[in-house]
Amino acid sequence: MKNNKERKNPDPDILELLESLHPLERRVLPALKELGERASVKELADKAGMLDVEVMRAIQWLSNKGLVKIKEDVKEYASLGDNGVSYRERGLPEYRFLDALGGQEEDSSRIAKKLGLTPEEFNVSIGLLKRKGLIDIRKDDKKLLVKKLKQAGERKEEEFLRKDFPVLTSTLTGEEEQVLQSLKRRKGMVRVVMERVYYAVLTPLGRRVAESPFNGQIMDNLTPHTLKVGAWKGKKFRKYDVVSRVPPIYGGRRHFVNEVIRYVKQIWLELGFEEMTGRHVQTSFWTFDALFTPQDHPSREMQDTFFVEEPSRGRLPDEALVKRVKETHERGGITKSMGWNYKWSPEMAVKNVLRTHTTVLSARTLASLDAEKDLPGKFFSIGRVYRNETMDFSHLFEFNQVEGIVVSDKANFRNLLFYLRQFFTKMGYDKVRIRPAYFPYTEPSVEVDVYDRKHGKWLELAGAGIFRPEVTAPLLGRETPVLAWGMGLARIIMLYYGFDDVRELYRNELSKLRNSRVWLQCLQ
Amino acid sequence: MPTVNLDRGVVESLLGKKLGEEELRDRISYLGTDLDDVTKEEIIVEVFPNRPDMLSEHGFARALSSFIGGKTGLRRYDVNDSDYRVFVDDSVKEVRPFTVCAVVKGLSLNDSSIKEIIQLQEKLHLSFGRNRRKVAIGIYPLHMIRFPVRYTAMKPEEIRFIPLDAGREMSGGEILKNHPTGKEYSHLLGNFREYPVFIDSNREFLSMPPIINSEKTGRVDNSTREVFVECSGTDINALKKALSILVSVLADMGGEIYRVRVEYGKAYKGMVVESPEMNPGEMRLDIGYASKILGVTLDQKKVGALLERMGYGVKSSSDKTLDVLIPSYRADILHQADLVEDVAIAYGYENFKEEEIEISTTASLPEEYRFSEKVAEIMTGLGFQELNTSNLINGGAQSVKMGIKKINAVRLLNSINTDYDTLRQWMLPSIMEVLSRNTTAQYPQMLFEIGRVFTSEKASKGETGVREEEKLSAVVCSSNSDYTSVRRVADYIGSLLGADFEVRAASHPSFIEGRMAKIYLNKREVGFMGEIHPAVLEGFKLEMPTAALEINLAKLHEILCG
Repeated sequence: MKNNKERKNPDPDILELLESLHPLERRVLPALKELGERASVKELADKAGMLDVEVMRAIQWLSNKGLVKIKEDVKEYASLGDNGVSYRERGLPEYRFLDALGGQEEDSSRIAKKLGLTPEEFNVSIGLLKRKGLIDIRKDDKKLLVKKLKQAGERKEEEFLRKDFPVLTSTLTGEEEQVLQSLKRRKGMVRVVMERVYYAVLTPLGRRVAESPFNGQIMDNLTPHTLKVGAWKGKKFRKYDVVSRVPPIYGGRRHFVNEVIRYVKQIWLELGFEEMTGRHVQTSFWTFDALFTPQDHPSREMQDTFFVEEPSRGRLPDEALVKRVKETHERGGITKSMGWNYKWSPEMAVKNVLRTHTTVLSARTLASLDAEKDLPGKFFSIGRVYRNETMDFSHLFEFNQVEGIVVSDKANFRNLLFYLRQFFTKMGYDKVRIRPAYFPYTEPSVEVDVYDRKHGKWLELAGAGIFRPEVTAPLLGRETPVLAWGMGLARIIMLYYGFDDVRELYRNELSKLRNSRVWLQCLQ
Repeated sequence: MPTVNLDRGVVESLLGKKLGEEELRDRISYLGTDLDDVTKEEIIVEVFPNRPDMLSEHGFARALSSFIGGKTGLRRYDVNDSDYRVFVDDSVKEVRPFTVCAVVKGLSLNDSSIKEIIQLQEKLHLSFGRNRRKVAIGIYPLHMIRFPVRYTAMKPEEIRFIPLDAGREMSGGEILKNHPTGKEYSHLLGNFREYPVFIDSNREFLSMPPIINSEKTGRVDNSTREVFVECSGTDINALKKALSILVSVLADMGGEIYRVRVEYGKAYKGMVVESPEMNPGEMRLDIGYASKILGVTLDQKKVGALLERMGYGVKSSSDKTLDVLIPSYRADILHQADLVEDVAIAYGYENFKEEEIEISTTASLPEEYRFSEKVAEIMTGLGFQELNTSNLINGGAQSVKMGIKKINAVRLLNSINTDYDTLRQWMLPSIMEVLSRNTTAQYPQMLFEIGRVFTSEKASKGETGVREEEKLSAVVCSSNSDYTSVRRVADYIGSLLGADFEVRAASHPSFIEGRMAKIYLNKREVGFMGEIHPAVLEGFKLEMPTAALEINLAKLHEILCG
């Protein structure tokens, strides 16, 4: 203490800097000064007895404070590969091959065998020697005959291989450089590695700090021990560089698509809807027949729908319901519809498929309702659906679909617009318009566009309509208006996150999952 | 949906009213076709499958003209009497049982109208005709044919004619084997012993439907003034519609329609069809029903006017109803709901204002969902990142990597890609794939997913014979992860759910022997955990120790809450 007081106090700004030095910086600074104010990381590490990484971190911090400048130097080293090491001892295969030839024409494969050359070495040798004009080759029947034309002159490549590796390439002569390039083209011969060398150079400010006495009263870390014994009292703490970057931290979180799904569920709950859930494997009966999709409809063919190999067949529901659906398809059943006018086959209906839409859940819900007691009702679902498609930037074979129905004798076409706009407003799109469309199970059918204010364009986001009487009558027992809609979420999510490839949604790239923004309306 | 490229000039000349560029686009959209583009020469639209009558310039213009108020109401197509007869032999009943036919005269065709007819024919084949299986259409120059024509089935080797674009005579079998069109559609006839043909009274082959016409009698060109048209297939009602769609276009081009009497054999109980049927169908529309469904007050006069804009005719019956005359080419009117949609389209979808509806219902979520959400909350609380992987996997590749045999996996019959040919049976392999693709991301990687798994049940239990369950799987992948890293997670989940887990040592080929355990609750197996075997890690190109657990949430929920 006494000793310190006797020293001359440094300037306030230097003092400020001194107080902010990390112990590593405090060790590097004098070492750098002693090494003549310019030194590589390696030299500093040796001098100060530190690890390279510690020096690196310290000079980075010192550079942030303006006490040193970091200079970078790139060095290129050549070293031997596996083949290089082996040829260094035994000589290059082409020269060995050449040396093995007498003056006569000889069978090349016999020589290769004698020397124990691999087919690859053999091919390389023949090629090189021919190109250098050292041998002549001739095909005879199945044999390849070779004849030595002259001896090899200087064997520069072999000389090169005998150098003391690793070799700093900047020390090579022009001729050696050429040899290196030719050896680089050959497999496993030489490797060229770049190495970056960092130097720290002391700045004038750094010199002043390095020359100022360190104050022993500065505390570094606060530890349980320090607190226990009260060692902190009357002392100052080292000042941190609170501005510099720190390593990232990642918390546990939901997948962003599931965040959106939870948000969508919340919206439907706010609007008074009950969630429908169900199987992903369904019989064709529920997927298609119950939705009045004729049995020869293209969507029931192999190229669109995934069929299950085993078990390929499921069971039909209760007979009365099957009979009502069958009669509706054939002649309209209890509706005044003409029906599809064909013979309905239960064989087609039992086929197991992966659900192509969640509308199958709406059909099942309708069939479970008692038309006298359970109406009105509002239901939604959100879940995976499957299409037998080739995946590309705009198509997935498995994706999430949002579905909703309103079952009420009072419901009409204009109410459909009401629910769609309510939903989309909560999703951030308050302008909704409808255009005519076609779906086999709704009439009228509509295409729903919402206005994207940010990009100034209409987006086609949903299909909707009122279920046909041929759907509702067999399922509910009587014709009742059922407003229905279905939509994907991909477009909305892609716009929010700025994706232009739909596969991004399910790629599970951790850096994206960890760093993606939370789903919040106001952040849109 | 079939996309058609229509000649804009032809369509516009038929509209009877000039539309600006913007209005044209707008009106086409609101008429009920998906507009792809309008260029200088073309209008490119996707015609919905319920409107095959709009697949040609004339059909499209007919609908659009009426919609924009150019030429509204029902168009009548008169059918002239004639002596043309077609006999249908009993032999076709098993192969391709029905045909309906027509004759059209007084045509003056040019390149543009021939192109239109061919496009219409092709598009009808594709969608409405289910790629020729249900309906195929043949058109022939009339003067080459000697009536009566016979529609009969013959042995492939007895059939011999020069098919279009072949340049030489071929037998029925050769056509299926060597002719490009024959090869494309051979599946439609290949399995039959006899193939259907149209032959005339000179025993000249006209065609072998649904494959190809004869070069000699079946090529229509600019000089053709009169045509014979046949539709053959499996559904007589669809055939009548297709014929009507085609014939009405020929009539709109200036042709006159002549009746053909199609007489069927004994196997058909001597059925006789006078075709084409161009008379309108009739359906009664309840005005109150239309108003109620659409939520707008409409009177009979208004509804009548709207329907005429959609090409219908109307007769008033009572105050409350309207008798609607449906053009014979409309194939989609099954129920008055279909008329209501057309009323809505004519009213203009853009003119419907939203109306709030007071329906009081109770919102609710399924219990199982709440349970899964709680588990997800626990996992994120522990610092795990959730994943979202697909239920469809490459079953073969995955079981090889995991070192297991597939048992009772649910495979798909027809996946177009082996990368997704099987429904997953457990979650862990999908998570391993994610680890494998993210080796450059910062470690530790703690990942979880709650998802559905599928197992085939031998005894065909349940409706589909496939058991579907929710499962949780989690991995800890870091330089120091081991059995303890996942055991702690299982213990924590158990304690938060109040589940008294019992852990028993077990073994599994995907895990290191002696470092794997199964989890039980009330003596029932609910999960497993352990350190992944290095051979498995190697298969996934992972250079980081990994510990994993998988818990059957469906079972857990059933035991705890069921």
